[in-house]
Amino acid sequence: MGELTTAVHDPDSADSADSADEVVFDLAVMSTRHVNAALRALPAGARAQVVNPAGRHNLAVGLSRAIRVRIAGPAGYYVGGLGAAADVDVDGPAGWGVGENLMSGTVRVRGAASQSAAASAHGGLVVVEGDASLRAGISLKGGRLAVAGDVGRYCAFLAQAGTILVGGDAGEALGDSLYEAVIYVAGRVRGLGTDARVEDLTDADVAAVRALAADAGFDHVDPQNVTRVASARSLYHFDTAQHAAY
Amino acid sequence: MSRYEMMSRYEMMSRYEMMSRYEMMSRDDAIDGSPVHHTFGPPVIAGIRERAELGRYPIRGWGARRAVPDFDDLLLLTASASRYPLEGYRERCDTRTVLGARRAARPVVLDIPITIAGMSFGSLSANAKEALGRAASQVGTSTTTGDGGMTPEERSASRTLVYQCLPSRYGFNPVDLRAADAVEIVLGQGAKPGGGGMLLGQKVGARVAGMRTLPEGVDQRSASRHPDWTGPDDLKIKIEEIREATDWQVPVYVKIGATRVDHDVRLAVAAGADVVVVDGMQGGTGATQDAFIEHTGIPTLAAVRLAADALADLGLTGDVGLIISGGVRTGADVAKALALGADAVSLGVAPLIALGCNAPTYRLPAAGEPAGAGAGIEVDVSAEYTALGTAPGHCTHCHTGACPVGITTQDDALAARLDPALGARRVANYLRALAMETTMLARACGKSDVHRLEPEDLVALTVEAAAMARVPLAGTDWIPGR
Repeated sequence: MGELTTAVHDPDSADSADSADEVVFDLAVMSTRHVNAALRALPAGARAQVVNPAGRHNLAVGLSRAIRVRIAGPAGYYVGGLGAAADVDVDGPAGWGVGENLMSGTVRVRGAASQSAAASAHGGLVVVEGDASLRAGISLKGGRLAVAGDVGRYCAFLAQAGTILVGGDAGEALGDSLYEAVIYVAGRVRGLGTDARVEDLTDADVAAVRALAADAGFDHVDPQNVTRVASARSLYHFDTAQHAAY
Repeated sequence: MSRYEMMSRYEMMSRYEMMSRYEMMSRDDAIDGSPVHHTFGPPVIAGIRERAELGRYPIRGWGARRAVPDFDDLLLLTASASRYPLEGYRERCDTRTVLGARRAARPVVLDIPITIAGMSFGSLSANAKEALGRAASQVGTSTTTGDGGMTPEERSASRTLVYQCLPSRYGFNPVDLRAADAVEIVLGQGAKPGGGGMLLGQKVGARVAGMRTLPEGVDQRSASRHPDWTGPDDLKIKIEEIREATDWQVPVYVKIGATRVDHDVRLAVAAGADVVVVDGMQGGTGATQDAFIEHTGIPTLAAVRLAADALADLGLTGDVGLIISGGVRTGADVAKALALGADAVSLGVAPLIALGCNAPTYRLPAAGEPAGAGAGIEVDVSAEYTALGTAPGHCTHCHTGACPVGITTQDDALAARLDPALGARRVANYLRALAMETTMLARACGKSDVHRLEPEDLVALTVEAAAMARVPLAGTDWIPGR
């Protein structure tokens, strides 16, 4: 909280925010709805801080301008969800669906994330500096997810496109029913899901991991020493013989 | 054997044809002197052989074919000495319908209580989606996107467009979300409650694949559960997220496939739904397993009353909207659904039939004729139905993508057979006719607003319908179970 540069901001004057200053919204005295409306009204380039989040749900949802938002504490479900262009930084853990359906921009969690991190994200980058729970990257559609620690079961379930980097270990059923998304795991893989397989690492993979680790700020991942998991593509079409796989 | 042939073999003999033969044989208990087995009759034998040959189950479009109690099993008690009718062609009967006024700044306001249900671009051609949107706009009602997102054609053609949020989230994005007039969170549909969407590879062309972020040509089997919430407590937060992302401007609908309707409606309301959409087992689909279509869910007739009673018990009749779908075909169906407590109905298969689905011909504008202005020229495609192993009037081969009339296809040449303007005119005509039938019946019941129709205006023809709709058996005051 030492970075506070302004007093608690009047949301009605958010349109006129000077992008050089940081505006502050206090959830102890404002509703989530008012804070989100004020954030959406900020011009591109603006910086904002949301204090006293206390794990509230749906913070910084639906942003569409290139603003920087710091959530000064734990966030609940869907923080930064349905967003584009903005950079949202959660100074604490986050609940379900952090950065869900993200289109572009960044959502960073300086702690652990609960289930379905980056679910269905079409673009942008979701960074979890701690561990991520079940189904991280589920239905991923082109976005990038970087988890510094471990991920729970069913990471990347049904993930269609995009990249996931796991800095720690991956739980069971990793990559179950994958489409074209690719997963890199720096630690141990407890088990692969249906139709997921380990593939050889190429130079392009190493470059992708290096770039993703750099963007995420991870210095503990050796891009040359990760496991690449991708789809075997054997479930793309109906086949009776695969019945047991479903 | 081609892919299409494999899929259609099961339906070489239409189900109706098989059923009628079966019924005939059951009556006579013999055909050509041979006894008929009830459990393993000819259609069952055909089905077992089919599975034995192909090693998989039949997949098809549309909803349940089996006969279940439906709106035809109800009758309206129109006015006589004890009730005053309104003049059928003179006195006003309002059809205006407002949905979602409880929380949304911009509720959905419709001229008629008859809407177009969610059907995807992918399952339907872009021309079909555009035609439905134009038709809905012409008559002042809404249409709905589907699994796969919103197309620009559909958005621009539709005055009021409901944007679906489905488990797959294919094509779902905040820009289209904010462009929508309402959001419908889909938990299930009547044709396959508990099941995910399906779009076989022949319909996953370049544009569809691109919109859904899928490899071209995959047999797409969508998720049946949402990726980022589980259960009604989570759904409440999800609905709040949608409201935040849309600045609380538009209503949020929750659509359920009709199974445990009482519980599900209560939970949807508790989660914050402005409108609950309940889709009965006759509700259609572009493709799913026949076993799902015929053996899951409950009839629309039963669902509507359960849903309406749940809202009434919560004291929310009129505050939370109720849309009923699944096998609604006529203005009489609409009037009966409204009488049982629906605020509006939603139609899928019927508008497709109005577009030309199952017609032996398709029509295109004649040379020099403005699109949608004239009767057009007619081209016979009966042989193409035959090639699919079906016939006009019996086709449910939406899943093949080889729709002879260009509606359920992604093949450019086939899709070009549907002129959006001509199709829109037909669907708009159909919707207008339904609205007129509804008001005619409402006036005869003495109602100056179709929403004033009530259960007291109905009786049932059968004990089953009486029990499901909770209206008296005709000629009695007996409601089974009461």
